[in-house]
Amino acid sequence: MDRAISRTFIAHVEDKPGVLNRVVSLFRRRGYNIESLTVGRTHEPGVSRLTMITTANEDTARRLEANLYKLVNVLRVRDLTAIPSVSRDLALIKVKASAAERAEILEITKVFRARVVDIATDALIVEITGEQDKIDGLVALLKPFGILEMVNSGMVAMVRSAESASAEPASGVRPQRASSAA
Amino acid sequence: MQRTGAQVIWEVLAREGVEVCFGYPGGAIMPAYDALLEYEMRHVLVRHEQGAAHMADGYARASGKVGVAVATSGPGALNLVTGIATAMMDSSPIVCVTGQVAASLLGTDGFQETDLTGVTLPITKHNYLVTKANEIAPALREAFYIARSGRPGPVVVDITKDAQQASTDFEWDDRPVELPGYRVPTPVLPATLTRALELIHGAKRPVILAGHGVIESGATAELVRFAETAQIPVAITLLGLSGFPATHPLSLGMMGMHGEAWVNTAIQEADLLIACGMRFDDRVTGKLATYAPHARKIHIDIDASEINKNVKVDLPIVSDLRQTLLALQPQLERQERGEWLARVAALKGETAVRDIQALPDDGHLYAAHVMHDLWRLTEGKALVVTDVGQHQMWEAQYYKHDYPRKLLTSGGLGTMGFALPAAIGARFAQPQDEIWAIAGDGGFQMTAAELATCAQEQIKLNIAVINNGYLGMVRQWQEFFYDRRYSATPMKSPDFVKLAEAHGLQGTVVTRRDQVAAAVEAARKAPGTFLVEFRVEKEDSVYPMVPAGADLGQMIRRPHRSPTSEV
Repeated sequence: MDRAISRTFIAHVEDKPGVLNRVVSLFRRRGYNIESLTVGRTHEPGVSRLTMITTANEDTARRLEANLYKLVNVLRVRDLTAIPSVSRDLALIKVKASAAERAEILEITKVFRARVVDIATDALIVEITGEQDKIDGLVALLKPFGILEMVNSGMVAMVRSAESASAEPASGVRPQRASSAA
Repeated sequence: MQRTGAQVIWEVLAREGVEVCFGYPGGAIMPAYDALLEYEMRHVLVRHEQGAAHMADGYARASGKVGVAVATSGPGALNLVTGIATAMMDSSPIVCVTGQVAASLLGTDGFQETDLTGVTLPITKHNYLVTKANEIAPALREAFYIARSGRPGPVVVDITKDAQQASTDFEWDDRPVELPGYRVPTPVLPATLTRALELIHGAKRPVILAGHGVIESGATAELVRFAETAQIPVAITLLGLSGFPATHPLSLGMMGMHGEAWVNTAIQEADLLIACGMRFDDRVTGKLATYAPHARKIHIDIDASEINKNVKVDLPIVSDLRQTLLALQPQLERQERGEWLARVAALKGETAVRDIQALPDDGHLYAAHVMHDLWRLTEGKALVVTDVGQHQMWEAQYYKHDYPRKLLTSGGLGTMGFALPAAIGARFAQPQDEIWAIAGDGGFQMTAAELATCAQEQIKLNIAVINNGYLGMVRQWQEFFYDRRYSATPMKSPDFVKLAEAHGLQGTVVTRRDQVAAAVEAARKAPGTFLVEFRVEKEDSVYPMVPAGADLGQMIRRPHRSPTSEV
């Protein structure tokens, strides 16, 4: 029995009303848990890109992929789990910071290559991008000062090297595009 | 040319080859109904929109073409929902055209507003909300293409009232529909074919599992040739019945929960299962952990998401079934499987005939007798539409279908009330066929209002109501699994013949087996729809039965036969 592991999927979808609803509804209906979901534009007009993280074993992952392909507005799906890729999350963390503590906090953010994007008399906002581990590490160190607020953008991911995961299917390996002439 | 959005609807439907649609008018679809008067389209006025969806579904299943249902917004559209879900579960191609409140009212909880695309999202293959007149034609064209291609299914096109009223420039675009994200299956790779042939040629005890895909793919002739060449017995799912001739020597009959013992035993003993357009439903497999434990599995299905869903398979083939069988055939070796076929024949024996004979003809009327006699009297050639429940299983067991698309039944969703409206739809698809709608006393009453549709449209149907005074299948489960506590299953029904007569139709009652032939004859001779009420044995049960979730080999057998006479 293959193990359920955390998996990252990218889906290119048509930028049309209700498409996100279709994807989310599929996850809900088939009982897949969404750990993270981000949507954004791409360089291709009319194409949005979703990054989804879910826990699934190999069989479930293949079926999820097949189910995503059944959505008419989904152009291309990739499971990045076993493919060398870069993934990034962005977090904004508002930390309580008295004047006395400020220097220490700035020192910590420097080590993490995080940025301070707002300073007030009693608090500051730290922006950090990176993988989940790195963000968790920073959060752990900032906690003692008192975290007032925090927000995560959710993970985005991209395959390394020149290989493109664009909306255009790679030749040969992906299902054929439909046309009523076919 | 300038057309209103409402006119565009009928322009497109006509060009898609639609000759009949089933619907019910209302506020938000009134522009379309007004325009309908200018077009040569047969419109069947239903009595409840659920009937419209089932009629479109019955039309689609009987013809292989796309069926069309029309309804207004809100309650009208919502009444379609059960029929849409039925079509979705059984991969039936229908297009539902619904009116929607004007675009300016969308999202304001306007009168008769329902978020229909939201409601139908999980029960359609795809759906559209159209708010502009110039978007109606492309949406409808895509809807027809999506509904009938690949794995067929229902598509909803929800059109706002103002889009129907607005004018637009309409030019028929006959270029192929381009959908960048929609995929049709690819041909099978040669290596996959080779592997499949190795498994088939190497198998000693193979069984073909024939599903609804055989019918949808039009693969009956190819499957017969395939089975004959490789000498492989064929077990059939409920929805696959009629896809492989029941009287063919290699036909085993229906598998699964109410499949005969020899069918399920053959599957459990098999060393290779070749699943053809079926999806290993829980009613077919029983307990998954012990399902066909010795068998390798080849799964041919057009839908990749069905692969390894319920049963882990050794060789998936995601492609059109007919094309796959055609590709396999040239290299398929003629095989002799005397030993295995003898084993299957031994399992089979003459049990089917004996079962019928074992029921005493003592003045009582058994539903099994009715089905068997109906099969003989119609020479197995009728188009039969069944409802859901005991009669559905008895029909599946005792009416032997030899011709594709001659049994229509709600399998996946198990929708009571399906039979009568689906039979009305089938009537328009097959004007020449002898059609029998068979329903229980419970299911029939769910959509009995459509008797009025039969009368108004002057349709000739034969209706068999199998009346046992109970919601029979639930009663059977209560008998087996709930200690005979008959909670809410005894049912008092109206006088069905009088009900038919109230609609200007005819009918008769049958209480003894020796009356069956005359009643069937009377129905066939009647010019209009004729209802036969069969008052059958009240507490009869469908045997054999694999309890839900049990091992396929653990069947509840017919009580009047000793276990030692079983093989």
